[in-house]
Amino acid sequence: MDRMRAPAASTVLILGLLSGGFILFMGAVGMIAAFHEREVVDRFISLGQLLILAAPFITAYFVARQLGERGEGLARTLLAGVIVGLLTALPSAILLLFNSDEFRFLLFLALRLSPFIAATAIAWGRHRAGDDARAVIGLWLLIALLVGIVTFSFALIFEIKGDLRSVLVNINRDWVEVVTFDNRKDLPRGIAAFGAVSIVAGVAGALLQRMPLAPRRALIYGLSLTALIGAFGETARLILQENLERDTIREIFRRDTLRQNAALALFVISTVSGFLWTIYGQRARDSFSGIGHSQRRSLIIVGVIIFVIFMLMLPWLIGRTLSDVAVTIGIFVLMGLGLNIAIGLAGLLDLGYLTNYAVGAYILAVLTSIGPLGLFKGTFTFWMVIPIALLAAMFAGFLFAVPVLRMRGDYLAIATLGFGEIIGKLAISDWLKPLIGGAQGVQAIPKPLFFGTEMKNPEQLYYIVLAASLVMLFVSIRLNNSRTGRQWMAIREDEDVATAMGIDTARAKLLAFTLSAATGGVAGAIFAAKVGTVFPNSFTVFISINVLSLIIVGGIASNPGIVVGAIVLIGMPELLREFSEFRFLLYGALLILMMIKRPQGLIPSKIVTHEHQSGVKPKLAAAD
Amino acid sequence: MFLRVACLIFLLTATALPAFGQPDCDDPIGCVEVGRDDPLVIGAMLVVSGASSALGLDAQGGVELAILARDGLLLGREISLVVEDSLCSAEGGQAAAQRLAADDTIIGVIGTSCSSAAQGALPIISEAGLLMIAPSNTSPSLTNQDHEGGGGHRPGYFRTSPNDLIRSAKAAEFVLTQLGVGALATVHDGDTYTEGASRVMSQKFAELGGEIVFGGAINKGDTDMTAILTEIAASSPDIVYFPLFEPESNFFAAQMATFPGLEDAVMMTAAASFVESFPANTGEAAIGIYMSGPLVSGDAYDAFLLTWQDEFGFSPPSGYHAHAYDGANLLLNAIEAVAVESEDGVLSIGRQALRDALHAVEAYPGLTGELTCYDESPYAGDCGSVTAIAIFRFTEAEVHDGNWPPPVVWNFATDSAG
Amino acid sequence: MFKWKTDEFSWVDFTIDVLRILIVLAVVVGAWNTLSSGRITFAQWVNLFAAGLSQGSIYALIALGYTLVYGILLMINFAHGEVFMAGAFSTVFLAEALNRTGFLNEQPLLAILIMIMFAGLVSMTVAILVERVAYRPLRGSPRLVPLITAIGASFFLQYTFRGLYGSGFKAYPQIKVLQGAISIGGINIPTVQIFVFGSALALMFALYWLVERTRIGKAMRAVSENKEVARLMGIDIDWVILFTFGVGGFLAGSAGVINGMFRPQGVNFFMGFIPGIKAFTAAVLGGIGNIPGAMLGGLFLGVIEAIGPNLVLAGLGIPGANQLKDVIAFTMLVLVLIFRPQGILGERLSETKA
Repeated sequence: MDRMRAPAASTVLILGLLSGGFILFMGAVGMIAAFHEREVVDRFISLGQLLILAAPFITAYFVARQLGERGEGLARTLLAGVIVGLLTALPSAILLLFNSDEFRFLLFLALRLSPFIAATAIAWGRHRAGDDARAVIGLWLLIALLVGIVTFSFALIFEIKGDLRSVLVNINRDWVEVVTFDNRKDLPRGIAAFGAVSIVAGVAGALLQRMPLAPRRALIYGLSLTALIGAFGETARLILQENLERDTIREIFRRDTLRQNAALALFVISTVSGFLWTIYGQRARDSFSGIGHSQRRSLIIVGVIIFVIFMLMLPWLIGRTLSDVAVTIGIFVLMGLGLNIAIGLAGLLDLGYLTNYAVGAYILAVLTSIGPLGLFKGTFTFWMVIPIALLAAMFAGFLFAVPVLRMRGDYLAIATLGFGEIIGKLAISDWLKPLIGGAQGVQAIPKPLFFGTEMKNPEQLYYIVLAASLVMLFVSIRLNNSRTGRQWMAIREDEDVATAMGIDTARAKLLAFTLSAATGGVAGAIFAAKVGTVFPNSFTVFISINVLSLIIVGGIASNPGIVVGAIVLIGMPELLREFSEFRFLLYGALLILMMIKRPQGLIPSKIVTHEHQSGVKPKLAAAD
Repeated sequence: MFLRVACLIFLLTATALPAFGQPDCDDPIGCVEVGRDDPLVIGAMLVVSGASSALGLDAQGGVELAILARDGLLLGREISLVVEDSLCSAEGGQAAAQRLAADDTIIGVIGTSCSSAAQGALPIISEAGLLMIAPSNTSPSLTNQDHEGGGGHRPGYFRTSPNDLIRSAKAAEFVLTQLGVGALATVHDGDTYTEGASRVMSQKFAELGGEIVFGGAINKGDTDMTAILTEIAASSPDIVYFPLFEPESNFFAAQMATFPGLEDAVMMTAAASFVESFPANTGEAAIGIYMSGPLVSGDAYDAFLLTWQDEFGFSPPSGYHAHAYDGANLLLNAIEAVAVESEDGVLSIGRQALRDALHAVEAYPGLTGELTCYDESPYAGDCGSVTAIAIFRFTEAEVHDGNWPPPVVWNFATDSAG
Repeated sequence: MFKWKTDEFSWVDFTIDVLRILIVLAVVVGAWNTLSSGRITFAQWVNLFAAGLSQGSIYALIALGYTLVYGILLMINFAHGEVFMAGAFSTVFLAEALNRTGFLNEQPLLAILIMIMFAGLVSMTVAILVERVAYRPLRGSPRLVPLITAIGASFFLQYTFRGLYGSGFKAYPQIKVLQGAISIGGINIPTVQIFVFGSALALMFALYWLVERTRIGKAMRAVSENKEVARLMGIDIDWVILFTFGVGGFLAGSAGVINGMFRPQGVNFFMGFIPGIKAFTAAVLGGIGNIPGAMLGGLFLGVIEAIGPNLVLAGLGIPGANQLKDVIAFTMLVLVLIFRPQGILGERLSETKA
């Protein structure tokens, strides 16, 4: 390793340790043990083990790529793979050893010495940089004190608590079982196994990177597809269940787990097709771009028709459970389209969108319920109440908009956030209990009737959501190209200039708020009819946060983006329910990653993209 | 009426589920077929994420231990548990129920944790021909068949937790007869459970001749109780009933104990805070607090706790693990009783037969006491043991020495008048 | 056609005026009813006020973190509540250990200092990591992008700590010295409230001194005025921003320990969310970006929350008045924003922003 050039060595070290830290983190928050419960391939590999393998594999792959760019040879690349594997296992292995006496002794020694070492190191650095002696001594004392307090605290906690498990609850037996590959009783052997597996994965990753393009891509494609389908086994089975015989499915899945043969077949098929695509794909793309304009247009039309048929057929293709998810996604798409009017088009940062949602839901609940709180006991039907809910939400939107018309940017955000909280607290309050049930909510909301049939299944409700979303989509597109739409855009870009141009900003903003609220009301009403009960604890700030996030993740002011955003942020967590404990953790990580990697959203709107490219400081959504 | 409902359910199930039933299944709402090498699949919908997750993880542990107690086997087959997160909301319950109902291998469901989730889940579970045994629902609505009057019961609903109607009536009786105090103040936190508990308590207390001097509420997440305590002190009650969850119950108890004007008022809380950490976290202030909670004791329970500690490495995070354990056992026993094995080794479990088997449960010796399932409104599907509720009183031992559970001062079954 | 805005008459102004009159009326009637009924004694009002002040000083300490970051990056650091939680949650183990050895009650002052340092450093580390990993790559992107990242970071931190330490509730041990009450003019004020208020005040002054009197403070102010100019002056912007996050984190961590002395229970992974939102509200109330504003906003919010429900809502005969204390707090916020959009003390950067 010493013969490697320094930058290369440090790359390997840093990335290797990052990978090790990642595995340690996953273990400490309990993900590895929890994911171990989920088998990716039946009796072969669990998701937890896959995670342990994937970290050194992927890290070594990227390390190898960097080394390749520097022109390092194969031997060094493989060595780097080994080192990455070792480093990946290292942090977790240290934790595994924690409970042994020798290790505790070393740890306490390190904790006691570290303040002096750290202080000396930093002070020495300042001394070398030319600071005068008094400053250096002061710095030394300060750092020794600070680090001393921390290490003293750690040492005390460990001393008193004795067992690490009483602090870090997930460094438990299950975790040890997974990382030692079932060698809990024989720790040295377990650690050796862990290290060996990790090294093999690292070397494999490095090797993969050194392959020629076609087989490499094919393998990556095959591996990731197999892992993905294995990990989302439940979803895959649910879709297949609708379209295949029960016995055929049992050949492929054991409950929600891919059987070994099926996994192998899947891997081979996807690798081969990946291989073929790498070789022949370019030709296909060339021939597509080679065809004439009119031909391409007709191809697009065919595509659109297929898509429409697909959307109409969707409930039958995916079955009841996933239709239920689709309805939830649809409700959020509806809200996304609505909120987009305020945020995307008019640039009004509204964090209280749940007010409209709650108003719609409660209006429907109170007007149609056949329970004790229902005002009309079934005289009003779903279809009659939808317009009422829409108007009520518009009215609520109007009421809340008036006081905040003069506010801008973050003040608007916090004021609307406050409105959301107010509505939530009112819904739960004893004060309004005689009307809307307080904490007990409103129950016995009948399902919509459609020509005498009760639309109680998600497959049927899907069409209501689809229809509402299409109407909203249409309105949204029309608005975007209308005079009002242009006024909003002017306000979004610069409110002062808009006012100077003679735009009645107060009126335009009110219109944006009320229209945006209307959609929220419809979404709330559909939600109430879907669930059949309305409880106040459904209306929390998380609704507003979810809707906002899906707009931004999808791409602000982009209609297709909203759909994709809803699928990613609302649909994926529903499908990941089996990892429910970590749903919010993954959701948070996803939001951060998305914003760093693709701040313009998954499917950016054309206007925003244009602004990004032309170097104009994107004022959209800056709202300042 | 019943016939119509049954017919409707039958029709719906028949149309909703493709007919997998083999000819020898004569159950009115279908059968679950389990192949020779297939596992028996039990569903669970519990709150395992979010702020109330302790409740769900607690129950999940109970179910897992019930399966473990049989070495994971029933009728020679592996028992497999599918856990869906029902959150603590109606839509969460609905989504979880939808997923479990779509899986035609699932025989029965343990859950939900929260009553609100049950309201969302029950219609779907019921129509799918499944049954659910809730370990910690207490809302009276769920076992009430008067739908016009707010009842939400559907066929297939069972629970091993006590109905609030019974628990609160007994608690009110204890307060009036044993403590001999007559002016009650209640506090809830806007949760479906706590609001229901304090409302039913007020009702029963007034019915038995007590006086309600104050009924107020705080918010989840509140830490400062000075404002509500000031109001309570102004109405000078003899007893303050606060069936809150942790941590609000900790804050409330700790601050009430030293609050000027309330030094002499009796404090009483309920099962939501029946957790080992409650006295420890509340500190000195917890000494002397009464609590109406699940009475789980005995050698079997001690052994259960040991197994739990051994298996998971920490103590049960909430108070309904034993109810979940009992619920799972009721379900497994019922499966054992109604399953019919054909010559080719396929097990057939009638869905209605399974429900009937649960309704027929009588004096089953569970961890929580003797369980008997009733089938008449307002207790339709209530299996919770009456002996499993008692009034406890915290002492120094719980606060400082980690003693658990606190001593019982009044047992509903033996000390109650009615 | 119906006109929204003419020179003579503005519907918006009219509606706002009506709103203002209605709210003032409600407050006056409610307060009159309560005070004339005499249900609550003077001593009780003082106690409510003191409790509100203590709660408010904790809000203020967290709000300072919001305001510091906002002043420099114009960004709502939504994850700041979680920074508070990180320190408070981690230090509970130290507090338990200190209590077990008896040190906590023998040398309470020293023990609390150690705990504050520890919590401060933990929170500081978390805040710096969040800045480095999640926010720094996003400088210069549209304002909503870092907001979403911050929301993501908030979820991520909450559930990371839930994974690390478990989901159960923990409590700080109670310190004997802080139990009991001190009598001031015949009214008993709990000792712990005086401690909380005092230590929060000390920390705030330390921060004020740091920002106004030291070199790094000067650099922070320069960066918040104009990043480009500050860069030209040779200030390392990245370092200053990191330092700002660190200081905000340290304050939040110490707020965690002080909060632990004041309200020892309820320590878990979710404990930062609500105080976070409240503190943010407080920062806006006082004028975001303004350090004394954040302190004042925090104290104001705490007092409003403590007194408002009993004074106004109970007087109006609303049942469960305490449930609606957030309604009062946020109505107050909206009112302040309507009539004084820049907050009570005004924001430092108002002219460049609005």
